[in-house]
Amino acid sequence: MNAEVATAPVAEAAPEKKEFWRWQENVWFDETKKDWREAKIITCGIDVGSVSSQAVLVCDGELYGYNSMRTGNNSPDSAKNALQGIMDKIGMKLEDINYVVGTGYGRVNVPFAHKAITEIACHARGANYMGGNKVRTILDMGGQDCKAIHCDEKGKVTNFLMNDKCAAGTGRGMEVISDLMQIPIAELGPRSFDVDVEPEAVSSICVVFAKSEALGLLKAGYTKNKVIAAYCQAMAERVVSLLERIGVEEGFFITGGIAKNPGVVKRIERILGIKAVDTKIDSQIAGALGAALFGYTLMQKQAKAA
Amino acid sequence: MIANYGYKDGSGEYYISIDTDKCIDCTAGRACLTACPKNMFEIITDDYDDEVAWVKKECTRALAYDCAACKPAGGYTSLPCTTACTPGAIKHSW
Repeated sequence: MNAEVATAPVAEAAPEKKEFWRWQENVWFDETKKDWREAKIITCGIDVGSVSSQAVLVCDGELYGYNSMRTGNNSPDSAKNALQGIMDKIGMKLEDINYVVGTGYGRVNVPFAHKAITEIACHARGANYMGGNKVRTILDMGGQDCKAIHCDEKGKVTNFLMNDKCAAGTGRGMEVISDLMQIPIAELGPRSFDVDVEPEAVSSICVVFAKSEALGLLKAGYTKNKVIAAYCQAMAERVVSLLERIGVEEGFFITGGIAKNPGVVKRIERILGIKAVDTKIDSQIAGALGAALFGYTLMQKQAKAA
Repeated sequence: MIANYGYKDGSGEYYISIDTDKCIDCTAGRACLTACPKNMFEIITDDYDDEVAWVKKECTRALAYDCAACKPAGGYTSLPCTTACTPGAIKHSW
């Protein structure tokens, strides 16, 4: 019996699978600002997206802190976790917040939200804060959809369209390519420029077929960098065609996770012939920031009415 | 505001545009609601507290199919929704 045990085959531990698509989650607050306890109005925006969730705190109309993390399998928990992350960091409790606005795909499932506002209006408002009142055209490249928005100098939407039927031009599409190439997602953009000659865009606009095409290109002798460049170019062409439907004005701003990928952003700029407005604020929080700013405006209106 | 509901895919662009500035003070008695054989339109309060028509969320991903019956091949000479919307707020992109 003992001998049988000694000779029984030992199961080998499966090699750890690297998650190349995994982007950096982030909790941040502005240590240079006065303590939140001194603020008169504290509002919060919660953006529960299909891929990522953000909680943004605004104190007296100014960005104070945020948490950006991956969305789980349940919107209420994702909202709670996102908010808890930033509240723990600064020692805040839910009852310290005066008004909460939910936005994004799971906006109606934020249990502690006072109001739900669409991500289109919130992205425009957030972009207006991040890029200033010169911002007129916004491209939001979200996790599973893409939006083109026009707004006025106050960040009010004047024209918009959204494409949430096709994953081409979305963050999820980029995650698929990252896993396929086995290259961390943050490296895709810089590596896409490390090519001798800029390749043609992959011809498939569907993420599933683009993946098959990318495999074919690798077999045909393309380097990984060249395949990434071809995919970034395809993504840029795809979203530009969406933008062209509503037109692009100066004051062009990109929000969403893909805004952090220079491989796509530079190619979009090249095709459009204009440079996107820079910001130091994380592009992924634009929706939640806009939601928090809407909350601040509503609180101000309530205070005036009283 | 011009609100575009629909999508673009490999087969083409399918958007219904609603000019909310023309829609707010509807002079057609919200005729779009009954004109559409698929009941795609409904009145909502938008993010700026205006009561306007929009295309129901569950309809936006199937416009190419759902609107096909109202196109010329379906026997219509003009779209029922755009005809009913006398302020001219509704437009189709295809």
